[in-house]
Amino acid sequence: MDPILELSGLSKVYPGGLKALDDVDLTIRKGEIFALLGPNGAGKTTLIGAVCGIVRPTSGTIRAFGHDMASDWRQARSRIGLVPQELATDMFEPVRRAVSYSRGLFGLAPDPARIEEILRSLSLWDKRDERIMALSGGMKRRVLIAKALAHEPDLLFLDEPTAGVDVELRKGMWAIIDEMRGRGVTIILTTHYIEEAEMMADRVGIINRGKLLMVDEKDAMMARLGRTEAHITLAKPLASLPPEIAHFPVELEAGGTSLCYRGGDGTGKGKAEVAALTKALIVSGIDYTGIDTRESSLEDIFVSLLGEGEGAA
Amino acid sequence: MISWRSTWSIYTRELMRFLRTAFQSVLAPVLTTSLYFIVFGAAIGGRMPDLGGVDYGAFIIPGLLMLTLLGETTSNSSFGIYMPRFTGTIYELLSAPVGVAETLLGFVGAAMTKSLILATIILVTARLFVDYSIAHPLLALVYIMLVAAAFSLFGFILGIWADNFEKLGIIPMLFLTPLTFLGGTFYSIKMLPKPWDTIALANPIVYLVSGLRWTFYGKADVDIGLSFAITLGFLAACIAVIAYIFRTGWRLRA
Ligand SMILES: Nc1ncnc2c1ncn2[C@@H]1O[C@H](COP(=O)(O)OP(=O)(O)OP(=O)(O)O)[C@@H](O)[C@H]1O
Ligand SMILES: [Mg+2]
Repeated sequence: MDPILELSGLSKVYPGGLKALDDVDLTIRKGEIFALLGPNGAGKTTLIGAVCGIVRPTSGTIRAFGHDMASDWRQARSRIGLVPQELATDMFEPVRRAVSYSRGLFGLAPDPARIEEILRSLSLWDKRDERIMALSGGMKRRVLIAKALAHEPDLLFLDEPTAGVDVELRKGMWAIIDEMRGRGVTIILTTHYIEEAEMMADRVGIINRGKLLMVDEKDAMMARLGRTEAHITLAKPLASLPPEIAHFPVELEAGGTSLCYRGGDGTGKGKAEVAALTKALIVSGIDYTGIDTRESSLEDIFVSLLGEGEGAA
Repeated sequence: MISWRSTWSIYTRELMRFLRTAFQSVLAPVLTTSLYFIVFGAAIGGRMPDLGGVDYGAFIIPGLLMLTLLGETTSNSSFGIYMPRFTGTIYELLSAPVGVAETLLGFVGAAMTKSLILATIILVTARLFVDYSIAHPLLALVYIMLVAAAFSLFGFILGIWADNFEKLGIIPMLFLTPLTFLGGTFYSIKMLPKPWDTIALANPIVYLVSGLRWTFYGKADVDIGLSFAITLGFLAACIAVIAYIFRTGWRLRA
């Protein structure tokens, strides 16, 4: 796979002395959707800012499209789009003019048809002559997306594109992202909604306190760290674990009234094992009254990884 | 390679911002110019001594022009760059493939254009009050453009330096306005008693006002060459500071 963006040893220490990025190495492949997950203040926006020229890195190198961003930024920047986390735009400007301006600013010739297409795809065409301040928050966010798309970038940064956006719109946003993926745009997004990353992303990176803790294929990460958890409520309490089921990863809990299974790998192996476990229980004459199974999500992985991080720190 | 499209986009957008408040932008200078003429020209002018054969009403035109030019150009330009920093919209400029050349030509070019529009309005308004003619119109135009360029850059620096509204207003209020009023806008520094006529020469604005007055009437307090030299020196200093700001990203990039 062609790398489209390569960060190596990227660090950022803010003037106050806060280390917002700590020796980050990351390679983004052409055409992928990469989700950057992390709690508030983890360094997500700083990372994006460093690539986009908003933040000056303290050390490390950034290469985009093969260009070193420290010296050869012009070429690369014209192919990068940024949708910032904050709703920052000239509120007095009408929508279409704001979007056309962005295109011109990035050095492209005016193309009213392309602007219309972008505005229509974001359901903003009806609002094209409204001043931005007259739009709702979700619409304003879409204006920022339209501005970022106006110069037809090949690499797009979406810093929390769905923050403060209702369910309906969020789905719309996913559709837009999907459509861009279809056109071959590489997308790096940050989000606090883990299900969003789970649904959209090809790869996931987890960042905390400026350190990139883990980067992996979403599926591989789920397989490696995913778990199935099952709680089987027993009809009669057990004093000890019967030998018939001892080879399963199970243990008694709640004073022997319940059996807890923790196993599998996020690929469905766990579900099959729980099924086998219930059969073994019946064969051994152990009766049960309820089964509650749950697949761990990226969120659990995230929380447990962060927990380990805290422990180490 | 400088991108002319990017430059043009910044320039037209800045002018558009100006036109949004066009009514106020035109009315304010017309009104203030008229007021100055009524107060200084008509009321006081009659009692003024001879000013080298120039009528007092005509004498104050270059001063008045300089007064408005310095104030408006500085504030237009400083707000032009301060507001995007304040509201966060500067992210787009910082992430765009534009460098110091596009940014300056765009922002400063627009501020200069506004200043030229203002100067025209003031000269036309002044004409309603006094009869005057400009001895060296071409030099006057060049001089006005130079001053507008220098103070657009100066305002740009202020707008980057300021990290709150108070700082944005303090330099024009504490330095620019007083120095302009003391800089011979409404009088010739030769009229000052000793030693003030010499002390006044330490005020850089004296040279600006005097320079413009020379292009109007062919005579002034200080030598025209000196006026040009000081204006160009100030322009060069501003350019150097801005080049430094862009090279280091000071106050622009976190
Ligand atoms: N301009 C700045 N000056 C000083 N410190 C900053 C600056 N910007 C961010 N920080 C600090 O750097 C750290 C990382 O901030 P950053 O905005 O990158 O976090 P984030 O992961 O985007 O968080 P969130 O999810 O809340 O958006 C935070 O501790 C923040 O306080
Ligand atoms: Mg952020």
